[in-house]
Amino acid sequence: MIDNGISRRAMLVKLGLLLNGIVATILAVPIVRYLLSPATRERKPGYESWLSLGGLEQFPAGQTRLATYKNPMVNPWDGATAEIACWVRNLDGQAFQVFAVNCAHLGCPVRWFPQSNLFMCPCHGGAYYQDGSRASGPPPRGLFQYPYKIEDGRLLIKAGEMPTPGQPMANKAGGKTTCA
Amino acid sequence: MRLIQKVGDWFDLRLQLGAPIREVAQHPVPRETASWFYVFGSAAITVFIFQIVTGILLALIYVPSAGEAWNSLQILNHGVSLGWFIRALHGWGSNFMIAIVLIHMVQVFLFGAYKFPRELTWMVGVFLLLVTLGMAFTGQVLRFDQDAYWGLGIGASIASRVPVVGSWVVNLMLGGPIIAGTTLSRFFALHVFIIPGLLMAFVAVHLLMVLKLGINEWPMPGRVVRRATYLQDYKELTHKEGVPFVPQAVWKDIFFSAFVLLSIAACAVYFGPFGPSGQPDPTIIQTAPHPDFFFLWLYALLSFLPPSSETPILLIGPAIGLIVLLALPFVAGEGEKSWKRRPIAVVSVLLIAVTLGTFTHLAERAPWSPVMDAWSSQPIPPQYLSGRTALERRGALVFQEKQCHNCHSLDDQGGKRGPTLDRVALRLTQDQLIRQVIQGGGNMPAYGKNLSPAETTALVAFLETLHPARQTPARDASRAAALGTASP
Repeated sequence: MIDNGISRRAMLVKLGLLLNGIVATILAVPIVRYLLSPATRERKPGYESWLSLGGLEQFPAGQTRLATYKNPMVNPWDGATAEIACWVRNLDGQAFQVFAVNCAHLGCPVRWFPQSNLFMCPCHGGAYYQDGSRASGPPPRGLFQYPYKIEDGRLLIKAGEMPTPGQPMANKAGGKTTCA
Repeated sequence: MRLIQKVGDWFDLRLQLGAPIREVAQHPVPRETASWFYVFGSAAITVFIFQIVTGILLALIYVPSAGEAWNSLQILNHGVSLGWFIRALHGWGSNFMIAIVLIHMVQVFLFGAYKFPRELTWMVGVFLLLVTLGMAFTGQVLRFDQDAYWGLGIGASIASRVPVVGSWVVNLMLGGPIIAGTTLSRFFALHVFIIPGLLMAFVAVHLLMVLKLGINEWPMPGRVVRRATYLQDYKELTHKEGVPFVPQAVWKDIFFSAFVLLSIAACAVYFGPFGPSGQPDPTIIQTAPHPDFFFLWLYALLSFLPPSSETPILLIGPAIGLIVLLALPFVAGEGEKSWKRRPIAVVSVLLIAVTLGTFTHLAERAPWSPVMDAWSSQPIPPQYLSGRTALERRGALVFQEKQCHNCHSLDDQGGKRGPTLDRVALRLTQDQLIRQVIQGGGNMPAYGKNLSPAETTALVAFLETLHPARQTPARDASRAAALGTASP
């Protein structure tokens, strides 16, 4: 009967471990979902939404100007990081190009030089022409562009996610969208 | 004295720690290991403890919030009595910790300490290096300034290159779609809880194995490690001619640790704290982000890699490096320990050191970065203007106006991204200059659309004057012949 007793205790230990395993699994589901929430968040509409850059009068034809917008997903403690900058190029008063400030190489902020019509990156020396196409340096592609539309005399762009080479929006061609 | 003895005995009866501590302290170590070469491991632990203490001191003031972190650093620097000193201690402690960990790693590698039976000690050490670098990177983020903000952007850009899951990885890393409050919060959790926790666990295992397996004996050329005999040999070595760790060996560790702490304090007093640089405001784009010292080599590497191979090298390179380090004790687990009989090991260390050193040195000057304000702040040297025609001077103006100076230096002033132009007229003929300016190429943008014909003519006229006085500029003999204006 002693043998029986030991095996019963051993079985209870195993059963107890199994019980803990089940509890751990049940708890792991919400914990993992919590941890992954930044990536798995309702991605159907994505993080992006239409954001105003202000009235069209701020962007004279033939010029490229810096504009800022407030990120759509803000927390009260974001501070200055909630404001994001972008370059707006007004081609002819009708067509626009809105570029991310982030260099397509590694995301440093590119600066616009109207005299030479170039965007230059201070980090590794990437350069882009005025239409955002790659001119020289390490960037593998041109500047990222935001889709834009014009509504009630205001310029709107679809933004909200940091443009990086691996991000879906980055690989969509920018340009005027037909949806109003 | 009797009272102290009594109190001590009272505690020891309950804690039972006296005997194991005495055993650890007096365990025999090979006589030659009581050496100044064996002090780096203990120094790394000392600096780690120092970092914990100074980190806790900083946490008394620091606010891990994207909106407040930068302000709290300013308060630490200027508002809290000696806050700047604690920040400087923590910052310099970080640099010293990485340096000592690297020196320790080179020492154990050259002394063959990773060989049987200390393979796992080495492997845990490799992870200790990784988490130490992780502490350095996350710490740089907590200094939430412009460098931290754009440094995070660079990290996200690299992470996004992972195939398929890239954008998920970015969102997980940033805690959302952009760099914001959630980003800083999770880097705070990494820097203060997660990575230090890993570091402590790894250090405990690392140290336990050093105690259980014994410190690596001083390598002698010809004393070859064999799995079958090593343990017996080591036992004899330590028991026949070994010395107790305390006090024979430990006094050097203690002295070196004190020296390191003193050096950290001296650097902190003399050089002060690191930053913070400008506010982490993404709408302020007049910034040239720069990584901290121990990541400068990466900054250089990223500017040299050709676009086509950049992503594979960035993603596969670290994995290969890690595999090589982890596989080392299995590939070379036996054999000679002495560096005198391991030329490839010595050459490898030298090669890596020279490579990293060169990259770091280059990154401190970053010749690949345009000097963004050279066109408006650095004048054309007067010797290139005096005695020149109006057209040539007009060309010098174009050179400035069109930001050529940002990438091309004259008399060592201006950008180093493109070739220096002091002697460009010796290298390129007039036609070649025009072609290069208009079409670009060789890493230069094409200026065809941005220069009027008159501007191009003036610019090339200026560039043609850039040669030493007594050397004739390059000319195309066939062109002269074709145009019938051949000079004698």
